This record gives sequence, C-alpha cells and structure tokens, in this order.
Amino acid sequence: MRNITAQAASAAAVAAGSDVAVEVRGVCKMYNEVEALRGIDLDFPAGKLTTLLGPSGCGKTTLLKIIAGLIPATSGEIRVNGQTVTGPGPERAFVFQDFALMPWATVMRNVAFGLELKGMGKDERQSIARKYIAEVGLSGFESKYPHELSGGMRQRVGLARAFAVNADVLLLDEPFSAVDEQNRRKFQEDLLELVEKEKKTFIFVTHSIEEAVYCSDRIVILSRRPGRIAQIIEPEIDRTASPDAIRRDQGYLDTVEEIWQGLKRYVD
Amino acid sequence: MSFPVQANGSPRAVPNSEASFFWRKLSEHRTALWRLASIGLFFLVWEIAGRIPISFAFPTFLETLRAFVTMTLDGSFVAAYAETLQPLVIGIAISAVIGIGLGIVMGLSRFAEWLVAPVFIVLQAAPMAALIPLITFVYGIGLVSKTLAVIMLALPVIVLNGYKAVRNANPSLVAMCYSFQGNLWQRITKIIIPDASPVIFAGLRLGLAAGFIGVILAELLITPTGIGDLITYHRSVANYAEMYAAVVSIILVSTLTLAALEAFELRVLRPEKRKS
Ligand SMILES: Nc1ncnc2c1ncn2[C@@H]1O[C@H](COP(=O)(O)OP(=O)(O)OP(=O)(O)O)[C@@H](O)[C@H]1O
Ligand SMILES: [Mg+2]
Repeated sequence: MRNITAQAASAAAVAAGSDVAVEVRGVCKMYNEVEALRGIDLDFPAGKLTTLLGPSGCGKTTLLKIIAGLIPATSGEIRVNGQTVTGPGPERAFVFQDFALMPWATVMRNVAFGLELKGMGKDERQSIARKYIAEVGLSGFESKYPHELSGGMRQRVGLARAFAVNADVLLLDEPFSAVDEQNRRKFQEDLLELVEKEKKTFIFVTHSIEEAVYCSDRIVILSRRPGRIAQIIEPEIDRTASPDAIRRDQGYLDTVEEIWQGLKRYVD
Repeated sequence: MSFPVQANGSPRAVPNSEASFFWRKLSEHRTALWRLASIGLFFLVWEIAGRIPISFAFPTFLETLRAFVTMTLDGSFVAAYAETLQPLVIGIAISAVIGIGLGIVMGLSRFAEWLVAPVFIVLQAAPMAALIPLITFVYGIGLVSKTLAVIMLALPVIVLNGYKAVRNANPSLVAMCYSFQGNLWQRITKIIIPDASPVIFAGLRLGLAAGFIGVILAELLITPTGIGDLITYHRSVANYAEMYAAVVSIILVSTLTLAALEAFELRVLRPEKRKS
C-alpha cells in the first residue's frame, strides 16, 4: 500500500505525464450558492481503475459528470488524452447509477444504442453488441426487456453498452449500489476480469471502502463538501491471487482499516 | 429512478397452495369477467326500465338491438358513418399533428411554453361545445365547420398531454442519450417521444373521444348529416328504437377506435408492455 498525501499527490500527478488518460486541472463547481467542488487537481493513469471515495454529498457524482462532459465546471478544465473536454465525446462512456436503460428496448437494442446513435448499420452494431452481451455474461437474454431482468443483470446491460462504443475511458457512478451483496461480489470479480481484458481506463465512484480497495489500482478520497482531495492511496494488492484470498489478505484488510480511520471524522 | 419498481409485480400475489392456484386462475380472467358482468347487468337494467316503461320514448334493450341489426344490414349505418367520419378523421389527424408537435415544442422550450400553454389551458377549461354554433357564422355549414368543431374539442387535451409528457421525460435517459453523443433530433425521436408516448397516447385517446363529441354536436347543431341526421330523423318520426340504436353505434364505434389506437401504441412504440 502506498499512501500519498494531498500535496505530494498533485506533485506526483503532474510528474506522471506520459500515460495519463484524464487530467483534472483546478476544477471548481458551484451549484448556485452551493460549492460542490473546490480546486480539484487530479490525474487518472491510463489502463488503471481509479476510485473516487468520500462521504455522501462530497461531489463524487459531480466530478464524474464534469469529466463525462454532462455538466460544465464553474472553473478549471478537464483533458482527456490531451484534448480539452467541452461535452460528451466518443472516447468516454458513462455507466449510470440508475442503469438508464430504455424500458421499451430489448437488451440487444439497449447495448447497441451508442452505436445506433453513431449511425452504424444494424447488422454491424448487433454483432458488436452480441459480443459484449456475451462478455458481461448475458448471452441468451438479447431479446429480453429490462423489466424482465434483475438489478444486477440490468447493470450488466449498462456496462455492455458502455463497452460497445469502444471508449478509452469508462466512467462508472456507483454501478453496484442497486445490486444485492452476493451479486455485487460476483460482479466485482467479473469487472476486474474485464478491466484486465479490455485495457481501458476506469473511473469508478463507490460508497464501499471494501469495494474500492478490492477493485482499485488507486483510490482518491475526497473530503466533505466542498469536495477537495484528502488522500490518495494505492492499495498495491496482488491480483493474481484468488478473490477469496485477496479478501483475507492482511494488506487488503489494513488498507480498508486505514481508509476507514481517515473517513471516520467525516461521519457524525 | 422510476422503472425498476414495475418489474417486481404485485407484492401480494404469493400463491402457495391448491386453493390459491384456483384463485389465481380466476383472478387472471377476473377483469374480463367483471367487464362482461357489468355490461350484462347494464343491459338487464335497460331491458327492465324499457318494459316498465319509464318513458314512452324509451325503447327496451331488445327493441334497440333489433333496430341496430336492421340498420346494420340495410346499410344506413355505413352510409351515415361514411359522412360522419370524414370531418372526424380530418379533424383528429390535424389535431394530432399540430397537438403533438406543439406539445413537444412546448415541452422542450420554456419560451414556447410561456407563449402557448396558457392559451390551451384556457381553451380546455372553456365550454367549447357552446362555441360550435359560432363557427357556422364564420365558416358556414360545410365540412370545414364540422372539422373545426372536432379540432376545437380535440386539440387542447392533445397539446396539454403532449407537453406534460415531454416535460416529464425521464431525465436520466435524456442524459444517457446526450452522453452517447446523441444529437437533438435523436434525443427527441429515440428517447423523448417513446418515453412520453403513454401520456401522449392518453391525450390522443381523450382527444379522439372529445372529437367524437365535437362531430356529433356539429351534426346535431350545424347541419343534420351522417349519424347526427340519423338520430334527428328517427327522433322526428318517433322511431325511438332506431334513434337509440344510432346512439349505441356511436359508443361502439368510438370504443373500437380507442381500442385500435391502444393496440397501435403497444405494437409500435412500447413493445415491452405487450409481453406482460
Ligand atoms: N443539480 C444540483 N443542484 C444543486 N445542488 C446540487 C445538484 N447536484 C448536486 N448538488 C449538490 O452538490 C453536492 C455534491 O453532490 P454529488 O451528487 O456530486 O455528491 P456525491 O458525492 O455523488 O453524493 P452521494 O455519495 O450521495 O451520491 C451535494 O451537496 C448536492 O446537494
Ligand atoms: Mg453520487
């Protein structure tokens, strides 16, 4: 485990340079009178999974949506692969906390929707979608409608839709919060496999410390509103071990404990 | 958000024995049974009321049924509806296009909402039927007046429903479309309209029902043609069974049209509702 303090973090971030997928520079966000984010400087390394963790209402969703280009920052800028973000782009894909599946469309059409919007032909986009439906473990459900699926399966559809557009950066806002505990663990394991396989940059928001430590290469802890970077932790867990071994690993447990000690002061 | 809830179905239906299996079977057909029973009861009360009789001008159910069959077979219904449906179809088509279009524009733009919504809110509250005779002053007694009567009654409810539906389109789906770089046109046609379609179609059904009232009123108040003429004529010669048969035919035609509209909606826009 590597613990980087806030000051050192921004220094380390700027130095990292070459393989940075997303750069956040001096981002502030005001919702009218409410200051949600203050002076966020952050780099997201390419091909890694970075988690945003913090107390409720600290601005995690806000930061993720600013990176996605769904809402504008009040000041500061975001660069993805060196390009300044002005809105949503093909190199980023968002996975929504509430799934955001079209209830009137089948799993197939939902997964292929990003490609449909790009104007890709039906056969081509369906064969791509079929591949990702299989990858998230939903083969055989192509012609089902969302209301026929469980919460976990719906979120897999959301994930497949994000994969299908072949973006470099995937933004996930609490993707498992509506999924029950057992499915959640299975889903986390599958996600790690996909991270390994897809070689994409993942930015992940979660409430769960265990989930953050288990899944992440790097954990960014935000302070209470207005959100600022409180701490950056790199768990450095050996992922070649089995999932159950990881969950019993002393380094894993220590990291969870350390983050909890840091976050405890925000809970009252 | 809104949609995960509907998947779980009724929380009460937990069958666990033979008896509950029977009840479940029954309850599957229960709505249909109740509907039939209520229609049957209605006809029975009608028949009894006609036999008392509550008024010399009130025929029994069986007399009306006989008149209905005769008029269907001798082609007088066909001829009447050929005329009545003309202004209705034109009026509803115009109202649907203008209404849904305006509703969508108002739902998307605060300025259009501010400009147009109050007009239709007033129009919907106004007793439009009372204005129908006024149209005759301006447009005479032809097809134009009758079409206008249909539009006056049908348009407000279609506009207002379309506007409410679009305004309340699921923001999370809209954000999803935006995040996948959907343009404005795609956002409207692929997300907002399908999402709003249940409410838009509810407006269309209400508009159609109002349009029926409009065209019948026009035929009774402006010029006796079509089914309105049939009613007026049979009343004037005291063929009350025939007159009631004509009234019943209107209810029948409008119910069937509404059912057809609903079937069209499920088929084209919301296929997922057909399955369950
Ligand atoms: N559209 C909005 N208008 C006004 N204030 C907002 C809006 N969205 C968020 N906020 C405020 O900004 C702050 C940060 O919100 P945000 O949703 O980003 O928090 P979060 O960290 O994702 O919280 P949670 O963990 O509960 O999801 C909150 O205090 C919230 O009240
Ligand atoms: Mg959030």
